[in-house]
Amino acid sequence: MTVCCLVELDGGAVTDASLRALTFARGLAVDGSGLMAVLFGEDDPGAAAAAELTAFGVTRWLGVTENGGYAPLAQARVLARAAGGAEPASILLAAATEHGAEVMAHVAAITGLPLAANCTAVAPGAAGEWQVTRQRWAGLLLEEAVISGPTALLTVAPEAAEAVALESVRQSAGTGELLADIPADEPGLVVRADQRPAGAGGGSLASARVVVGGGRGVGGAGGFAPLEELAGLLGGVVGVSRVVTSEGWRPHSMQVGQTGTKITPDLYLACGISGAIQHFAGCSGARHIIAVNTDPGAPMMTRADYAVVGDLHQVLPALISALRDRAAGQPSSVQR
Amino acid sequence: MEILVCVKRVPTVGGAITLTGDQRAVDTSASGFTISPHEECAVEEAVRLTERFGGSVTVASLGPPAAEEQLRACLAVGASAAVLIETPEGTETGPLATAAALHAVAAAGDFALVLLGNEASDTGDYQVGIRLAHLLGRPVATGIKELTAANDGATLAATRTYRGRVETFTLPLPAVIAVKEGINLPRYPSLPGRLRARRAPVSRIPAAEAIPPAAAAAPEVRMTRLRVPDLPRKQTTVLGSGPQAVPALVALLAELRVIE
Repeated sequence: MTVCCLVELDGGAVTDASLRALTFARGLAVDGSGLMAVLFGEDDPGAAAAAELTAFGVTRWLGVTENGGYAPLAQARVLARAAGGAEPASILLAAATEHGAEVMAHVAAITGLPLAANCTAVAPGAAGEWQVTRQRWAGLLLEEAVISGPTALLTVAPEAAEAVALESVRQSAGTGELLADIPADEPGLVVRADQRPAGAGGGSLASARVVVGGGRGVGGAGGFAPLEELAGLLGGVVGVSRVVTSEGWRPHSMQVGQTGTKITPDLYLACGISGAIQHFAGCSGARHIIAVNTDPGAPMMTRADYAVVGDLHQVLPALISALRDRAAGQPSSVQR
Repeated sequence: MEILVCVKRVPTVGGAITLTGDQRAVDTSASGFTISPHEECAVEEAVRLTERFGGSVTVASLGPPAAEEQLRACLAVGASAAVLIETPEGTETGPLATAAALHAVAAAGDFALVLLGNEASDTGDYQVGIRLAHLLGRPVATGIKELTAANDGATLAATRTYRGRVETFTLPLPAVIAVKEGINLPRYPSLPGRLRARRAPVSRIPAAEAIPPAAAAAPEVRMTRLRVPDLPRKQTTVLGSGPQAVPALVALLAELRVIE
């Protein structure tokens, strides 16, 4: 039976999150029944992304022209119909993005089926059942569970799969069609998003290569100057812990953690952050972590790759001055 | 504007999550409880809307008898009525049945707006608000970080940022909205608020009465066990203490190719 995947586009190209979901879905569509993609966008979104879809193992796709902006309920109606019918898909899934999560929840509500959110692994179970591993507590806890029904509804956590194209592209390209008969919006129930580009800084934390983090140890709203200066020198941005935003020192958009932003930089330099596990839920995707803290026993220090014991208000100014000297080609002025 | 806010009692987790012996629940013997951060903001948003438009805030929770504590915390910051849909201690209710239970409370009142947190911080099912909206036959928006009410209070503009774009949904009321932390900075309870909350009545409905048999029998995702993922045990390299560590730090930044 077919595995069906909601595919998100950005500027006509498939998003990384959806490529991961497709890679994951391909591993479940092993009985030769095929991998189906459903995409929404301008004009004929399937035709525009055809090469990418084929490279990722999609055998059939359904493109849907989205008129008047993104509407999660409208997408869900199309998906429920595409995956339902006389021969329902065995699995209908989406990347666990904000859009994927809400569209799948609408599908679940329409069909009355259970939905397993943020899955990291799926395997066939008893007849008509799938064994899933899913994230609770933003990935700090895993749940082993069983989902049953004619179609298993899932969202897939980004950690579940890297985006990997097929090693050798199939002889025949996938086939696609443009959905002709789109269900009409029910006025007052289907709401469509008005989308405009975000102002400067929007989303930069999530994609930054370097993040300089500040926590309670910064001391107050006025204490961020060295963090900002260092972030500027390293080509990065400043992120903060939850205590900083709940104290109102910095806006919530800068928060790293379970209820803030998940970051995946090459380097996370965590300054004055003790490291509650909710914070790790946001920063564990960093390739390298350096912690600066007065308390060598703080969880942030013991779970970091590198640690500097000390007050950030002494360490950062010295580091900034050393980096400036280095950039100016002078020997470090720091006293050994 | 009459507003219903749905909240959930969840463990306060600080250092590490530990499980009970049967590995089917988080060990809460040493932890406190709270409501999810998103829901704290939902309550605050509701109180602010009633401060502007009049009306009142009702809070509802599906949970064990002890969830009364979380409802009273909401009463202390401005909610004026509370409903506890009581489940037996130690049971977990799936999202389908949870939405059905909340529907019983939502449909019984004349609520222009139902607010929820985007997802519970413990189970993270990401679906109760949308299932509830479908049961009510109302429009819904999730992941919302900014709510702006029209002057006549008849529509709400609900905004969030997604992939570098600001998305705004305009919802006619009545509607359901799931919000995220950051939409506001919740107030601390005042002393009079706390005193009022202590005396305020909390009405109780057994979950078995609130959840229709069909919803109670509907298939849910069935948990078999929980597991704490292995955190990669890192060997932490201590670079040094205070400013004396800076040369090592600079060398490391160069090695990691963060600086030229």
